[in-house]
Amino acid sequence: MGAEFVQLSLTPLLIGVLAAIACALPGNFLILRRQALVGDAISHVVLPGIIIAFLVTGSLETWPMLLGAAGAALVSVVLIELIRRLGRIEPGAAMGVVFTGLFAAGVLLLEQSNTSRVHLDVEHALYGNLESLIWLSAESWNSLLDPVALADLPPELSRMAIVAGLIILLTVIFWRPLKLSTFDEGYAAAIGLPVGLIGLGLVMAAALAAVAAFDAVGSIIVIAMFICPPAAARLMTDSLVRQIGWSVAFAAFSAVIGYVLAGYGPILLGYDNAVSAAGMIATVAGVVLLVACLAGPRRARVGASGSSGI
Amino acid sequence: MAAGWLAAILNSCGCRPDPMSTLLSVLPPALASFLEALTLGAGYNAALVGIGAALLGGSAGAAGTFLFLRKRTLVSDAIAHATLPGVGLAFMIMVAFGGSGRSLVGLLIGSALSAGLGLLAVTAITRRTRLAEDTAIGAVLSVFFGFGIVLLTVIQVMDRGRQAGLEGFLLGSTAGMLFADALLIAAGGALCALLILLFRRPLTIVCFDPGYAEATGISVTRMDAVMLGLVLAITVIGLKLVGLILIVALLVIPPVTARFWSERTGTVAVLAGVFGALAGYVGSAISASSPNLPTGPIIVLVGVGLFVLSLLVAPRRGVLASAVAHRRFQHKVHLRQGLLALAHGEPIHDRLTLRVLARAGYLRADRQPTEAGRAEAARALLDENRWRIARQLHPQEAVTGRYDGLTGIAEVLTADEIASLDRHLGPKAAGA
Repeated sequence: MGAEFVQLSLTPLLIGVLAAIACALPGNFLILRRQALVGDAISHVVLPGIIIAFLVTGSLETWPMLLGAAGAALVSVVLIELIRRLGRIEPGAAMGVVFTGLFAAGVLLLEQSNTSRVHLDVEHALYGNLESLIWLSAESWNSLLDPVALADLPPELSRMAIVAGLIILLTVIFWRPLKLSTFDEGYAAAIGLPVGLIGLGLVMAAALAAVAAFDAVGSIIVIAMFICPPAAARLMTDSLVRQIGWSVAFAAFSAVIGYVLAGYGPILLGYDNAVSAAGMIATVAGVVLLVACLAGPRRARVGASGSSGI
Repeated sequence: MAAGWLAAILNSCGCRPDPMSTLLSVLPPALASFLEALTLGAGYNAALVGIGAALLGGSAGAAGTFLFLRKRTLVSDAIAHATLPGVGLAFMIMVAFGGSGRSLVGLLIGSALSAGLGLLAVTAITRRTRLAEDTAIGAVLSVFFGFGIVLLTVIQVMDRGRQAGLEGFLLGSTAGMLFADALLIAAGGALCALLILLFRRPLTIVCFDPGYAEATGISVTRMDAVMLGLVLAITVIGLKLVGLILIVALLVIPPVTARFWSERTGTVAVLAGVFGALAGYVGSAISASSPNLPTGPIIVLVGVGLFVLSLLVAPRRGVLASAVAHRRFQHKVHLRQGLLALAHGEPIHDRLTLRVLARAGYLRADRQPTEAGRAEAARALLDENRWRIARQLHPQEAVTGRYDGLTGIAEVLTADEIASLDRHLGPKAAGA
């Protein structure tokens, strides 16, 4: 745990943990609202957004990319709603049409635009490059106090930290309306809360988390973190506050253990190459959920009929 | 193939130039090669891929219809993503036993096993825990996919020398497809289509009325298993062609498209099959016409095109048809209200009402009613009065419940019943 750790593993670990927490927070509300797959849909449409942003601006700067991705997320939410209303189609199918269509368009654009010379490809979008976000100028733990070295931190870290902070802040500020509209939308509407706007705001916050995390860690973690930690937390407790606490803990645990297993596991087994950290983090999150499904104290449905335990 | 064969015959008799090749030589090269692929003239493998894609798209559309009607469309997304670890493990096992690891059959068996495991996980999570099905789907798809990616990176390491080419399963690739692979896809697509044909009756009944299905001796659980088994088979067969991320589109988009055109399950399933086959066939032809047009995305985008077209122009459920129906209804309401206002001698201010009345010839340019307008207004008032009496006398009758301010009473009651109503109206109103 010396200089090498600070240089190679500290920043990816921090970024992974922050991304996991930023995704897990809105994920709690999404799974309670039966919108778990919104995260799935968003992470698919981010690809065309980023490619269009690249084609329009011609640069790989972060902000156009983030704007493009956020724009694509918004467009997909609007399209899903539009198709659902205009075509009178159930939401799941409308979502399926929109995200596969947009993803296909993204892949086609990517192939056509000949972007292979730049660092932009489908696999990168899926796996992310968590392992490469290293802090080169760090020499030891003391570098944390060295302003010159700190200036050289990967920009993904500060970006992810800002987004995670923003998501935490938004969750705290809108706690009451979010909780009310999630558990009893009718009551929330009756006391004058703008439930439609709250729903859209939640989806946009999820999109923000997805886009920022996507940039750093790829879309697998995004989907896994939206769903697995909150789902496992849901099986631990009946209180929303405690559920969110558990989900944050599970998300951070998955990120740390997954990263360590991906980086050091194969070396311990005698191979000299690491495996995909993003994939391993998702796998650990799945194992956490599996354990919760088998042993979580609140895993069973309560009440007489199967459908009443929402 | 057909075009080439035709050309050969025409050329050998030397009577006139082959019309197809003349056509192809005038067209821009991209369009020409597209037409060539569309008529199966772009080579043996491309033709087989086209036929395979059509069969696969057709059976995916038909099987997807049942999934769509059961409102479980996105289960297919979990199944598709859950194939990846199976592909990786199958490759590793085949290599461990000394093979090259590229046998498509072996990879597909592996993918089917892990997809089946994923499907069981979705079912178990939904049944045994309090988590909803969408959460189960999302969890399974992300975890299986993540684990699959881990395996792929392991394979990259152990297989540094040669390209395993497993990335092709993510987005599909028909480049370098072997003849045997194409044959496998075509045969699998045909088999799925046959199975759907065999099971279409019980599947339909289960979609609409699971209770009735159980009562007539059809096991809902078994039919669900058949449905999901078909979806699994289609997913696995389509892996090489469209890839696991986009295969779900073939199961979702054609049924949703077909739903615009019909209200009958059988017709929707057949239409979905036709749309799916069309997307598969045209898409693979377009893709064959140029090197950087990937097959999977193009097939999906052709399907999306058909969907958008149907959304706009389908009769009854399409957006245009709904707009026309809405406008017609609006005109009917304004006409009736305008006529009643004329009958009462009230001034009309609403623009649309004025326009509707004028167009029907009931209103002159100076906003005074014409002769026909006055007669029609009196008729509307009489009808309204008759309805009022009928609803006073028989408030509980089902027929009087059909009053909506638009339906003429003569459409609901018989002449005798209307005559008896008129006796309550009094001489003045009845004489109008």
